[in-house]
Amino acid sequence: MDRLLCIGNGQVVKRSQIPCHPFADFAAIVTDYLADNGFVVQCFGYLDHGENHLLAVLRNKDLHVLCTTVGESYPSFTGAGQSKLHMFEREIAEQYGISPRNHPWLKMVRYHPNCRQVADLFGNDYSREIPGNYPYFQVEGEAVHEVAVGPVHAGIIEPGHFRFQCVGEEVLSLEIQLGYQHRGVEKLLTEAALARLPLITEGIAGDTSIGHALCCCQALEALGGIDVNPGAQIVRCIALELERLANHIGDLGALSGDVAFTLPAAFFGRIRGEFLNLLLVLSGNRFGKSLLLPGGISQIMTTEQSTIIENKLRELEPEIRNVCDLLFTAHTVQARFEHTGTVTRAMAEDLGLVGYCGRASGLDYDVRGSFPGEVYATLPSNRNSMVNGDVLSRATVRREEISHSILLIRNLLNRSAELSAKTTMTEFSLAPDCFVAILNEGWRGELSHCLLTDDQGRIARYKVKDPSFHNWTGLAMALRNQEISDFPLCNKSFNLSYCGFDL
Amino acid sequence: MESLLCFGLALLTAPLFPGFILKVKAFFAGRKGPPLLIKYYTLGKLFRKGSVYSTTTTFVFKLGPVVTCAGAILLLLFFPLGSRSTVIAFQGDVILLFYILAAGRFFTIAAALDTGSPFEGMGAAREALFGTLAEAAIFIILILFYRMNGSLSFAEFFAGVQPISLTGAAGALVPLVIAALFMVLLTENSRVPVDDPATHLELTMIHEVMVLDHSGPDLALIHLGSYYKLLFFASWIALLICPLDPARGLFNLPFFYGTVALVYVAIGVVESIMARLRMNLVPQFILTSCTLMFFAAILTMGYLQ
Repeated sequence: MDRLLCIGNGQVVKRSQIPCHPFADFAAIVTDYLADNGFVVQCFGYLDHGENHLLAVLRNKDLHVLCTTVGESYPSFTGAGQSKLHMFEREIAEQYGISPRNHPWLKMVRYHPNCRQVADLFGNDYSREIPGNYPYFQVEGEAVHEVAVGPVHAGIIEPGHFRFQCVGEEVLSLEIQLGYQHRGVEKLLTEAALARLPLITEGIAGDTSIGHALCCCQALEALGGIDVNPGAQIVRCIALELERLANHIGDLGALSGDVAFTLPAAFFGRIRGEFLNLLLVLSGNRFGKSLLLPGGISQIMTTEQSTIIENKLRELEPEIRNVCDLLFTAHTVQARFEHTGTVTRAMAEDLGLVGYCGRASGLDYDVRGSFPGEVYATLPSNRNSMVNGDVLSRATVRREEISHSILLIRNLLNRSAELSAKTTMTEFSLAPDCFVAILNEGWRGELSHCLLTDDQGRIARYKVKDPSFHNWTGLAMALRNQEISDFPLCNKSFNLSYCGFDL
Repeated sequence: MESLLCFGLALLTAPLFPGFILKVKAFFAGRKGPPLLIKYYTLGKLFRKGSVYSTTTTFVFKLGPVVTCAGAILLLLFFPLGSRSTVIAFQGDVILLFYILAAGRFFTIAAALDTGSPFEGMGAAREALFGTLAEAAIFIILILFYRMNGSLSFAEFFAGVQPISLTGAAGALVPLVIAALFMVLLTENSRVPVDDPATHLELTMIHEVMVLDHSGPDLALIHLGSYYKLLFFASWIALLICPLDPARGLFNLPFFYGTVALVYVAIGVVESIMARLRMNLVPQFILTSCTLMFFAAILTMGYLQ
């Protein structure tokens, strides 16, 4: 049997085809793979005939999958220097109670009991309220002081706890503790009726509803053997790009607001609304909810709607350009953005950052170019030039992606000759004993859903990964030796999802 | 009598002017902005509320707002607010005055530390550092004024025999003073680019974070104190630009408040066109005003020889 199985994005494979190695071989293969410019897409545990399995989806230029069986514990990859698996190992420990030996920081990710009803690895009693056993990384010394922020914040944002170890204004270490919004999404997805899955995935992260729903629909289409109308694929891409535009523009405005530069904050706030309204035109919901269905889309895009979108883009493009110029040429803004919250390329590689955070540090990875789904293979891809890894780079990448997305939507609107048909959900069943991995470039970066079906064609394991799962650690590292007063700016430049992480 | 009238007028109108800043910022952002009287509404709302006190705080926490507000009101007693006399004036009152201001700051900082919150301690450390630097700039200005005017009293500075102003003797130095004073005003009153009064991000705040735990009437007193302090600095600049004319009597008031309003508009413009400085650059910003004043002081030495 091959060491690794090469799979395509959205390609259904039989579970028996996935190479299953003894753990020692698995560890050697994964370690070699990651050392040779490989990255982790997913690594999760599942149960098969009462046995603990680990399955890893890895990527370099291609996608690969392999799995192994483990007992109650295994030697940790992180302990052996593979920091790309750090969070994945903690997640497996929490979800399945499988212990990674010698993990340097084995702490729960979210705060829930494991699904095997075995003894909790973290010594928590989940029938009692938070706080449980929450150790935090401590720096000792007379001048060191600790600042705790959250989980309740002074703004309408999601809950997360940030623990800073500081000397004066300088941050020595930041630890981010999330999990306050854990809803049990993965478990729910294995129990709910198939028709409800797209609706549930839309709620994984409210700002990425199109992205997650698209992953879910593609997975169900692949496993259910459903054909998708080519016109519908175009509309789905337009919706995904509109979501990207709305969020990137909102972020640029928020970045500007965080440095007290009010003008672009006000303008971008309004323009973000315009893009949400375009999603409303397309789907009847400002966040594009209920637009995507397995097999296509729930609303057809007629010439009326494509004309509205086209006209609006023509109106907004010069406005966006002008406000961007205003923001990026203000020297007081540049002084704040430059050299703030730098993540070096080496660090980004070690952590496996994705999306604009990775690209701003020079990791040239975009799912739309590397593993294109829908019609992305036929569209031009984007390359960004500023790769210093600081706030300015992350803002500039967004700016470039905004113009790229507008270009893509124009391109797609020109193909509207292939008009889509309205889809209604029909009964379908999933192929039994199969595995599929779906990747999409959501606006934050690589989204991935993996499904395993059992011998009855039911979903045995539904694994969701939001790009935030990779990138939160990047934010913690970006703050090292920064001023604590720059934290909100750095945080905004990453703008990660709390609920996407918490699931 | 005239001075008491002007003092009373200043107490009543101080919350009006910050509304101008908000209107200017709203204008730049293409918005309507809150009503001009917004600060009165806010004060009214806060005074009607009750205060919440953490069980970890002591009387120091309650003392902070009262002392700060009282100190700011005292400031105005010494200042010619559109009239040619002040309620209280004596030789050397400026020194007392700035130590009253410092006492207000001391009590705000003590109240902030009293809460035991890491945020407030951080804000207090920043306020103490920046306040100290701004104090240096202010005292160099006073040295300069003493050389130009020969007195150490606000009444003498602006309503004495030889008032300091753009059009007065040695008026060429006054633009430097105005620039430096404007920078001190922005620092002392927590405005952009030193602090951001509009932010909700507690880690970036300086002044706002120190008063996070105050609520209701206590918070109203803090706000009121800050309006008076801002009016004091704005009036100082206004009098340098538009001196009090003995012939006009009470008709100085419209000129005075007109110029004060312009200073507030200038603050609004600055806040609209620039971003905040990084925290570690703030000391440089304040020291720039010190340097300006040193330069001006050196010039007076040559001028007197």
